[in-house]
Amino acid sequence: MYKNFRANLISDNTFKIIITVSAIYILIIVSLLITKLFFESYPIWHANGLSFIVNSDWNTIEGRESFGALPYILGTMITSAIAMAIAIPFSIGIAMFVSYTPQKLHVFLNFIIDLLASIPSIIYGLWGLIIFRPIFIKSVEIPIHDMLGKHVWLFSGIPMGLDIITASIVLSIMIIPTISSVSREIIKSVPIQQQEAAFMLGATEWEIFKLAIFPYSKAGLVGASILGLGRAVGETMAITMLIGNATGNFALPKSLFQAGQTMSSIIANEFIEAPPLSLHLSALIGIGLILLLFAICINIIAHILVIRMLKVQEGSINT
Amino acid sequence: MESYKLIAENITVYYNNVKSIKNVTMKFKTNTVTSLIGPSGCGKTSFLRCLNRMHDMNKKVRVTGKVIIDGSNLYLDTVNPILHRRKVGMVFQKPNPFPTMSIYDNVIAGLRLNGIKDKKILDDAVQTSLKLAYLWDEVNDNLKQPAIELSGGQQQRLCIARALAIKPEIIIMDEPSSALDPVSTQKIEETIMNLKKTLTIIIVTHNMQQAIRISDYTAFMYLGKLIEFDETKKLFTSPNHQLTAKYVKGFFG
Amino acid sequence: MIQKNEYEKQFYKNIRCRLIINKIINICVILAVVFALIPLGSIIFEVFKNGITAISIEFLTEVPGAIGAKNGGIGPAIQGTLLIILFSSLIGIPIGLFSGIFLYEFHDRKLARIIRFVNDVFMELPTIIIGIFTFLVIVLTLGYFTILAGSFALSLIMIPIISKTTEESLKMVPMAYKEAGTALGLQNWIISIKIIMVTAKKGILNGILLSVARISGETAPLIMTTLGSSQFFHSFNSPIDSLPLRIWRFSLLPYDEAQTYGWGSALVLIFIIIMISIIIRYAFNTRLFKIKT
Repeated sequence: MYKNFRANLISDNTFKIIITVSAIYILIIVSLLITKLFFESYPIWHANGLSFIVNSDWNTIEGRESFGALPYILGTMITSAIAMAIAIPFSIGIAMFVSYTPQKLHVFLNFIIDLLASIPSIIYGLWGLIIFRPIFIKSVEIPIHDMLGKHVWLFSGIPMGLDIITASIVLSIMIIPTISSVSREIIKSVPIQQQEAAFMLGATEWEIFKLAIFPYSKAGLVGASILGLGRAVGETMAITMLIGNATGNFALPKSLFQAGQTMSSIIANEFIEAPPLSLHLSALIGIGLILLLFAICINIIAHILVIRMLKVQEGSINT
Repeated sequence: MESYKLIAENITVYYNNVKSIKNVTMKFKTNTVTSLIGPSGCGKTSFLRCLNRMHDMNKKVRVTGKVIIDGSNLYLDTVNPILHRRKVGMVFQKPNPFPTMSIYDNVIAGLRLNGIKDKKILDDAVQTSLKLAYLWDEVNDNLKQPAIELSGGQQQRLCIARALAIKPEIIIMDEPSSALDPVSTQKIEETIMNLKKTLTIIIVTHNMQQAIRISDYTAFMYLGKLIEFDETKKLFTSPNHQLTAKYVKGFFG
Repeated sequence: MIQKNEYEKQFYKNIRCRLIINKIINICVILAVVFALIPLGSIIFEVFKNGITAISIEFLTEVPGAIGAKNGGIGPAIQGTLLIILFSSLIGIPIGLFSGIFLYEFHDRKLARIIRFVNDVFMELPTIIIGIFTFLVIVLTLGYFTILAGSFALSLIMIPIISKTTEESLKMVPMAYKEAGTALGLQNWIISIKIIMVTAKKGILNGILLSVARISGETAPLIMTTLGSSQFFHSFNSPIDSLPLRIWRFSLLPYDEAQTYGWGSALVLIFIIIMISIIIRYAFNTRLFKIKT
């Protein structure tokens, strides 16, 4: 009897220690991750200084090495921006639709959104490469290029489908589930009383959204979109397969129909080829560090916006 | 023949295919106040919400029957409820001003929807509605203040003003003072007495004293049925129905 | 004071326009949904249509043939993916669960607040960065690519997801259950936690499933941790293959066979993701998490 009691007490404490250690493990990993990336990329910061960020050369031949991250930073920014521009209206449309529709369709759509979210990035890439690309070249890129290619710089280049626009579109398809599922939660959190007030005033569905839902959930919807941006910025495989993987000055984005490169795709492409302790590896890790900082900033902002929104809904409106 | 502003005929409400209101018929005279009383869950609120098709928001609810306003049936498929809803203003149990808007914007929210942009008309509407709701004197120097900074009672009167701004002909109220303190309640009752001159008012209340104080007619509902509907005085002093008598004497509910 | 008539005039003047705008927006919303569904339908359809032609016993069990050859299979990739999922779950699930319990149990301590925030940000970090980190910490230290590095990297992706969902589902447990535990005089903390865990089982399970599904298709961190190989697993100090990596390799090859094999691998990958969710659901429903009385 006593023995049992004591055994329990000990295991209680042991358990407390185990869970505390597990939690602290997360903290340790994250701080280790940041410091490790910083120190391992130190050679490139030491060699190039901040000009690493604004240079666009990329030469990996030993003796003539020169590295600049600018094209990849721009590549990430532009692909993400295009993807966001496409994905946000669609996602908010889906979220609005889900909040209007009858129960059965609702469940089905939620299932579809979750399904879309669980398809691995590599399969999106494969689909983009084999199915989407040929259709897109034939029905969009070539006609636009023939019509406007000579006059508008945006559409110059060779329309071959391994380019910034193809990668961005597939990317947008990939982040729609993220944005729409978070937006759906945000819209659901708007108190029904607010919608009733608008409804009573004779608002149409769209006006209810404008009058009661949108003002209330603005911050949250922005947060949802930024969360999608976070995904877009970090997305690797599908982009690597579709963006054409240019390097150096060729990767500076000039037209939509031109091969590019993003921060994550250059890492995926070259990391294994770079010899350990070389400046090349250090440059790639440096790009990883920049990507990490991007992601951290984006996620902190998104996190604050979404969390605040979902908290307000738990309390009364007055808080 | 007397003029009826609003006639509800054979209203039946299904929640998830379960009947919650059974065949209720009521007629409301122009410029009167009618109270709906009854124990919790008797369907007063559900019935009230039929009068401006509020149930359209909830897909689980189905309503059959007719609601006739000025001779046209609100439940015809060819009728767009939005056209009628502007004739019926509603005040809810919990004050629900739009939290991100100022007092001014709250009052004119309905007018804005209708595309009225003329500043003069809007200013005028704010003043008139707030005065009708007895809120003007308390807020007139601070109309740009966010609506959520008002007290609960003020918020509720703001909601009344918001409903009045669209110039309805009927106002329906769902226990408008149940969440408020006695002073605010009194002010709301004054507002109602004032509005009666120009509007037809239907009010759900839990408080029988309130029903006696403010209403000309009272309807007693029980388990989804209309038990009795008569002049307030008659219903409370000599009810026809045994259930009504028990309820008004406070035996149940 | 505006006349009622004037107001009514305005109202009827504008209502048609408002209704039309509403209709247009409704149509746009529906179009958005339909357009978003097209790629999904296409992806699932193509994976099945093209994948099924590749599937054969040989394809599922053999090692890959020479580049562009019409024989060979993805046996090592399937084995590798299953092993990596197993090992990363062994690391990731306990740590994720325990840290989730910690966050719940000590929710208002400063340490818990910091960890919760770090965890939330960590959850959304690009996975390729976790790959770089693992490469630096494990592969460079050991001097070889190994399944352990891959599993470690993937466990880092699992932990924040599991930890977050565990905490969230524990929070959902009604106060009454917790109070009941105290009222029964269950001083034994573990038992009271177990009771809460049982109530929150569904949510926790979902979190685990979500994280396993997520890592099954993860590619980027594996590039620099397990590298990929065309042989079956034979030791802990050599590279190992996995389905996502194999799909990537196939996609880089210009041959039709490679494409077909790519689709076949994708089909197998999706199948594995679905099977894992079924198996885990079953396992948790029957044995684990039941209180022994």
